[in-house]
Amino acid sequence: MGNENREVLLSVRDMVVDFGSRRDPFRAVDHVSFDVYKGETFGLVGESGSGKTTIGRAIIRINPISGGEVLYRGERISGKISREKDREVTRKIQMIFQDPMASLNERAKVDYIISEGLYNVQKDLTEAQRRERVERALTAVGLLPEFASRFPHEFSGGQRQRIGIARALIMGPEFIIADEPISALDVSIRAQVLNLLARLQKERDLTYLFVAHDLSVMRFITDRIAVIHKGVIVELSETEKLFAHPLHPYTRALLSAIPLPDPIREREKKLEVYDPGCHDYTVDKPEWVEIEPEHFVRGNRAELEEYRRKLAE
Amino acid sequence: MAEATVTAAPVILSVRDLDVKFNLRGRVLSAIRGISLDLYQGESLAIVGESGSGKSVFTKTFMGLLDQNGEIAGGQILYNGQDLAAFKTEKQWRAIRGKEIAMVLQDPMTSLNPLKTVGSQIGEAIAIHQGLRGSALRDKVLECLSDVGIPDPESRRKQYPHEFSGGMRQRVVIAIAVACRPKILICDEPTTALDVTIQAQILDLLKNLKKKYDLTTIYITHDLGVVANVADRIAVMYAGDIVEIGSCEEVFYTPKHPYTWALLSSLPQLGIKGQELYSIQGAPPNLFTEVKGDAFAPRNPHALKIDFVERPPYFEVSPTHKARTWLLDPRAPQVEPPEHIRDLQKEGVRRYGK
Repeated sequence: MGNENREVLLSVRDMVVDFGSRRDPFRAVDHVSFDVYKGETFGLVGESGSGKTTIGRAIIRINPISGGEVLYRGERISGKISREKDREVTRKIQMIFQDPMASLNERAKVDYIISEGLYNVQKDLTEAQRRERVERALTAVGLLPEFASRFPHEFSGGQRQRIGIARALIMGPEFIIADEPISALDVSIRAQVLNLLARLQKERDLTYLFVAHDLSVMRFITDRIAVIHKGVIVELSETEKLFAHPLHPYTRALLSAIPLPDPIREREKKLEVYDPGCHDYTVDKPEWVEIEPEHFVRGNRAELEEYRRKLAE
Repeated sequence: MAEATVTAAPVILSVRDLDVKFNLRGRVLSAIRGISLDLYQGESLAIVGESGSGKSVFTKTFMGLLDQNGEIAGGQILYNGQDLAAFKTEKQWRAIRGKEIAMVLQDPMTSLNPLKTVGSQIGEAIAIHQGLRGSALRDKVLECLSDVGIPDPESRRKQYPHEFSGGMRQRVVIAIAVACRPKILICDEPTTALDVTIQAQILDLLKNLKKKYDLTTIYITHDLGVVANVADRIAVMYAGDIVEIGSCEEVFYTPKHPYTWALLSSLPQLGIKGQELYSIQGAPPNLFTEVKGDAFAPRNPHALKIDFVERPPYFEVSPTHKARTWLLDPRAPQVEPPEHIRDLQKEGVRRYGK
């Protein structure tokens, strides 16, 4: 697939997110840039504290960004934007949260949880229209319409995550940020939720930004993956290329940590541990280079030399 | 290999026909339905199953940690010549808990006391069981901390749990569990709440501690993927029963029960991109009502008629491998496992030669 004819839906340019006071800031996201094409699933992988969730939250403007910008269909959506724009973005970009046990309002009925967004953005809907939308959203995620009158505690983890997905869908989004949507679920339920997300993508032409720490899930669902460490993207590539030639030591460490469902290979496997001290960037500064088509990696001259040699093998 | 050592080792804990029932608002739920299991000295057993399959309840009975409304309705748990199932008082349990059998819980964020320093929480167990005080206690605590790979134990022991990362906290929980050198260590989903990279490190740590202190370990998990590396034997639980048990190789390479097939198939590691991941249809049975026949039958695409009528007995596949499914009956039709299970099997045959 050539990239030239693919449409860029979302573009993150030089994003910086700082937390803490101005005197003692903590940089969670450090000059991150990437594009997400329309219709693809873009994965963001890293361990806890890498800033992957913060990027997702900054895109839908839960966390303010301190530098850079976010473009949606070529228009800036970060910082100060007009009220119409704000409403449009709220509708077009939705989020699915990690823990279905914590992300649903326990005191509200499913009906209200799912349609809360509509109350805010589409106030002109009649009660009957709203009901119908809720029913359709519930059916789309494989739940029964009569569940609308129940409370979240009556549902299992997998069902609750479906409610979370229905809540995002009802807005008719184009772009969904899924923040570890399956890591809190049982393995057998994971498969169901992943299949549901894949089906919805096909039916509704959705674009996903998929945030996770587990590369094994990523391989299955994403088209491209960015690996992020301490707020910096260290490698970005088409999924299969990343698995075929992982170059950056951090990516390799993440890959080697995937548990294999195969006792012999698992016992033979060598666990690689990433030590950030292995880079010597004092003199030779790292660059962001397209080392093979559609495969970017961060490294200094010596490292890139090494990566090229590996690729040639 | 691993198998030989497993079968030759003496039995350390023996469960006989265990039944556990819970009373919920006047209704009775059968959480464990007649499980028998021998745990061998020095082995590492993994118990795998979905949420609600009873895997946690099963191991909680070994420590007398059932909830108030639960009770052992039948069967025995034999340990060291005592029947743990017959224990009545807390005093009896205190001689077992921590000292003989210890447990690592799932979520390190909630299993530590946020108001006490890490050092005092580890010291508490040692003081109670070994009666150490003062500087002897302090030295022991430091030893425990460095045992589980926490750097700079001298200053770390004075810190509170919130000053530790998730992985480090789980190390502390493990330090508490092994502080009194138990014989059996039960790890209830020890890595589910952790990152993949940390998960691998914690599993490594548990493996090393097992070797160092000659522990017998039980891993409880819902993820078959993580146990390939750590388990000698695997027991697959469904609806309060062990449906298949065998050595690690046997369960991964030649699984016999359709539920084991389903669990393996739903792993994303084995999925093929662009195709639907295999997912188990339907929901686990309602354990408030009596289960008739094979509990997995309603969700099993290969179910036979008899599966709905009579509960299958264990069929022996090898001396170490047995499964509770009518498919193994000589009269049953030949049913091929799903495709990627067969691929895994081929891989196993090639490398394992069986």
